[in-house]
Amino acid sequence: MAIAQSVLDIVLDECRRHGIATVDRIAVQVGALAAVVPDALTFCFQVVAQGTPAEKAVLDIETVPVVLRCPLCGELFEMEDRMDVCPQCGPVVSGLSLISGREMTVMSIEGRGKDDGA
Amino acid sequence: MTEIKVPVIRNILEVNERLARENRKLFDEKKILVLNLMSSPGAGKTSVLERTAEALRGRYTMAVIEGDIQSSYDAERLQRKGVQAVQINTDGACHLDGNMIRTAMENLDLDPVDVLVIENVGNLVCPAEFNLGEHEKVMILSVAEGDDKPLKYPLMFQISSVLLVNKVDLLPYVDCDVNAIHERARHLNPTQKIFNISCRTGEGLEAWTAWLEARIREHKGLS
Repeated sequence: MAIAQSVLDIVLDECRRHGIATVDRIAVQVGALAAVVPDALTFCFQVVAQGTPAEKAVLDIETVPVVLRCPLCGELFEMEDRMDVCPQCGPVVSGLSLISGREMTVMSIEGRGKDDGA
Repeated sequence: MTEIKVPVIRNILEVNERLARENRKLFDEKKILVLNLMSSPGAGKTSVLERTAEALRGRYTMAVIEGDIQSSYDAERLQRKGVQAVQINTDGACHLDGNMIRTAMENLDLDPVDVLVIENVGNLVCPAEFNLGEHEKVMILSVAEGDDKPLKYPLMFQISSVLLVNKVDLLPYVDCDVNAIHERARHLNPTQKIFNISCRTGEGLEAWTAWLEARIREHKGLS
């Protein structure tokens, strides 16, 4: 719920800056490792956005895969099941580097201005 | 119809990150070491703090911000130990955020404090995402929870600089391989400091408090 409210705060701030009266679509990136469940975020957003210019907006959530780099072979790969295993080298004791998977970003907003009679 | 498309690219947690930076600035001005203590419910956060307060008594002053969904039970436990403690009730929220800490600080006398511990809401998921301005993230896993937890909650293990494996006195009674916890945690976070402890018997607490005292001195620039 705190995350949905934060998304809404950013969206309403951008609406003020760019003169958007009605928001149609909000593109959001969420890392697969982030503590965000897309369905729950969509539901919570509908609740917090009621009565705002974003109340009918579609929340378009793109999940960013967890990408790791193995320090042994240097390979970049998508995590399958565990964060500590390289598909080529097996378990890596010295730790894999996290390249992506923790994102929580509002990417873009689409909407309409005031004069459209929307 | 004029359609407007605006590229945004803003971190959803940007407000919390800003508040965390402001909190950190205040902590640093006062040379207070701040720990964010996280675990699942019942792993022993408050017991660790009771034991730690006893060990530091007379040498360093500890204060605590207690986060719970409801009740001031934990803050009262620590106040009985002579620790300055304030309670935050999140009224349902599953984690603390930077703003709650800022508000709680208004009710603390920070001047005599050497180490401030923020006891987060019991949860291995969401607290990992919200920085509070702390210098160290410390997590507790009790052996009764099982040795599979690093596999299931990797982010918490990856971001915590210290892992306290609590309730090791229960090892004869639970199916938990403590070496597997160490190995799995190390794979996720090779630099993590791990201490096996029991708040009930006192085992291992000396090593943990020795680390903490050294960290307090380092933070004050004394060593």
